[in-house]
Amino acid sequence: MPLIKGGERVDDPWISLAEGAEIPPHGPLIVSLQQWRDQRAALLARADTLGIRLASDQPTSEIADDLSHFELVALEFPSFGDGRPYSHARILREILGFEGELRAVGDVLLEQLHFMHRAGFDAFVVSSETALEDWRIAESEIRVWYQPTADGRPTAMMLRRG
Amino acid sequence: MPWVVIANRLRDGIVVFLAPGGGWVEQIAGSRLAGNEREAEEMVALGQQAEADQEVVAPDLIAVEERAGVIVPTKRREAIRATGPSVRTDLGKQAED
Amino acid sequence: MYRYDEFDSDFVLQRARQFRRQTERRLTGELSEEQFKPLRLMNGLYLQLHAYMLRINVPYGCLSSRQLRKLAHIARVYDKGYGHLTTRQNVQFNWIKLEDTPAILEQLASVEMHCIQSSGNCIRNTTSDPYAGAAAEEIHDPRLYCELIRQWSSLHPEFSFLPRKFKIAVTGSPRDRAAVKVHDIGLRLHRNPAGEAGFEVIVGGGLGRTPFIGKTVRDFLPVQQLLSYLEAILRVYNQLGRRDNKYKARIKVLVHEMGTEAFQKCVEEQWEQIREGGLTLPQEEIDRIGAYFAPPAYEDLSDSVPALETTRREEPAFDAWLQNNVVEHKQAGYAIVNVSVKAVGAAPGDISADQMEAVAELADRFSFGELRVTHSQNLVLCDVRKTDLEALWRRLAAIGLATPNVGLLTDSICCPGLDYCSLASARSIPVAQSISERFADPGRLRDIGELQLKMSGCINACGHHHVGHIGILGADKKGEELYQLTLGGSADENTAIGKIIGPGFDAEGIVDAIENVVETYLSLRQDGERFIDTYQRVGRDPFKENLYASDQGR
Repeated sequence: MPLIKGGERVDDPWISLAEGAEIPPHGPLIVSLQQWRDQRAALLARADTLGIRLASDQPTSEIADDLSHFELVALEFPSFGDGRPYSHARILREILGFEGELRAVGDVLLEQLHFMHRAGFDAFVVSSETALEDWRIAESEIRVWYQPTADGRPTAMMLRRG
Repeated sequence: MPWVVIANRLRDGIVVFLAPGGGWVEQIAGSRLAGNEREAEEMVALGQQAEADQEVVAPDLIAVEERAGVIVPTKRREAIRATGPSVRTDLGKQAED
Repeated sequence: MYRYDEFDSDFVLQRARQFRRQTERRLTGELSEEQFKPLRLMNGLYLQLHAYMLRINVPYGCLSSRQLRKLAHIARVYDKGYGHLTTRQNVQFNWIKLEDTPAILEQLASVEMHCIQSSGNCIRNTTSDPYAGAAAEEIHDPRLYCELIRQWSSLHPEFSFLPRKFKIAVTGSPRDRAAVKVHDIGLRLHRNPAGEAGFEVIVGGGLGRTPFIGKTVRDFLPVQQLLSYLEAILRVYNQLGRRDNKYKARIKVLVHEMGTEAFQKCVEEQWEQIREGGLTLPQEEIDRIGAYFAPPAYEDLSDSVPALETTRREEPAFDAWLQNNVVEHKQAGYAIVNVSVKAVGAAPGDISADQMEAVAELADRFSFGELRVTHSQNLVLCDVRKTDLEALWRRLAAIGLATPNVGLLTDSICCPGLDYCSLASARSIPVAQSISERFADPGRLRDIGELQLKMSGCINACGHHHVGHIGILGADKKGEELYQLTLGGSADENTAIGKIIGPGFDAEGIVDAIENVVETYLSLRQDGERFIDTYQRVGRDPFKENLYASDQGR
């Protein structure tokens, strides 16, 4: 599925560790929370970079102490309406200070991209084949923001105050 | 018990009924009646197709009965949809007869 | 009132254009109904029984005459000549076409209005005291904080996909006219001993299937911290609120299941982490928004108007209107005027385009061009010179909006019910109309006194039946409409949930039942007691005995 990052459609260097599969020796690897817990030592022994994927019901507190090990956190949207990952993203960025890639995976639709970006996501796995166009539409439509968030966009209040 | 297929037209939301010949009409009097389950199933499929074709929204098979030569949905909710608000008889289909 | 600046104007216009694109994608089939539905709902567009229904936000109930004229225009051009005032201070139109909606949103944007988040699982229009800024007993004007909440909550990136809808109400008076204890968050402005303004924060109130009275989680929140604290509450709810069962997804269930203390602890912990962040309100910003709500240019007037007394002696109808519909103002020589949209036999809260235009004219002439929509589905002209009251009354009477029944039995709250709503189980408007006709006599009505009748056509409780002094809940029992009676509810500073009194009644029986309850009250009341006072003193039993003693119980 297309990956959008930095406003471009890019190749995805990361692979996800399938359930029960052996840990590959090389390459950036995304693991689930369970895999991380079960195989922590083996995963840390690898020379390559590591990412972790959280389901929407797995709060960020589960990985808060381990965050320095991860260069990527993928947050799953099981459905359009499950908004928990938005909170998780903001906590990761604004409270836990995570600076790596924050990736939205799962049910990621055009209409949500802007909210996700504002909440701190910077990479999006989008099912739509018109993903890049979708991204540009989503980013161009609303250009006034009222909430200060991790994306650093100036809010209406900041602009009013000059 | 006979049935008809009721829906809302996508572009304006107006209540419509599946008609003989496959079109949609605004008055229940012009609707196609299903007398048996096989026909009802066929009409449900036509409704779903019309939904997929962006013609209508939420097609639904509803039971009707004939009262004094008039087709009336058996449930009050659907009867109100087929006529208009009971508190505004000047509006809706009841006003267009 | 608040006026949009370039940022606000751009924002609502951008949103309207976005909806135009989404609508086009729907009509061409790029979006399925399943994908489109949440998008149209977040712009206030429902599909109801007869057509689409558009719910337009009236921010915390404040409306200008210009905006009301625009609503009249929309009613005429895009609807069937009328609109409906809702219990959340909004306006609904019942006969809207999907293909017209983008144009309507653009028209609304031109008068600084929108439908953003008037539906959906997000933060809805903040509601408030319809007398804000004018009430004699007000401690602090809540409107500026409502506006700050409106901006903060608009397309909030974190809280647009909550477990369920989320409603905030703010009051700045000891007399609660905003029902803050039955909202997801209720905010009550007050002052601490040092004279600083702050909020009592009440969380987890609500009606619906399982009514709860909100719990106070903070006695005093400095106003500067309003948004950071709201964000902490919403963040806890967004993460922990139930998503497995729609009927248990409101924050009231979370607070109830966690316990107030545990919930409060969670919020405070979250708040500690963000309270020093970018949401702290600078005093200049509070002052800047506050300036929009500065009092209008009141004249220096005498509070005593002898001519009023003369007219009220000569015109009993004027006297009744003054007594029931006109409220004391903080400014000498001015009055707050309630415009009853509850004429005898009319659908509660329905107002025609002609009436809208006429009221807009009256607002311009008599009340600085502004009005309010109330929680009880009426309008208010907030700043009327007492010397103008008679002229205003005559004009209101001429357009059917001077029924002297505000706060009385026939000023009922009533949802649209099965005549319009696709969720309803039973009709509610015809029952309200029958009751209104049964109690049409103004003398009798006034003798009965303050009595809040609230009716819902289904368990979702849009008509707030749980908190009516008398509540009616419509249900469907094997195809027959059945109406259940609750007594003893209240939505003010002494909020209480009414109790079901016994088996339900049919549409005719319920009107007799209301009369029976009223007669019981009249026979039991002591000096000066309102219905609710008598009920609280004597309890449910005498009412129940009288109701079911005869054969009218079913």
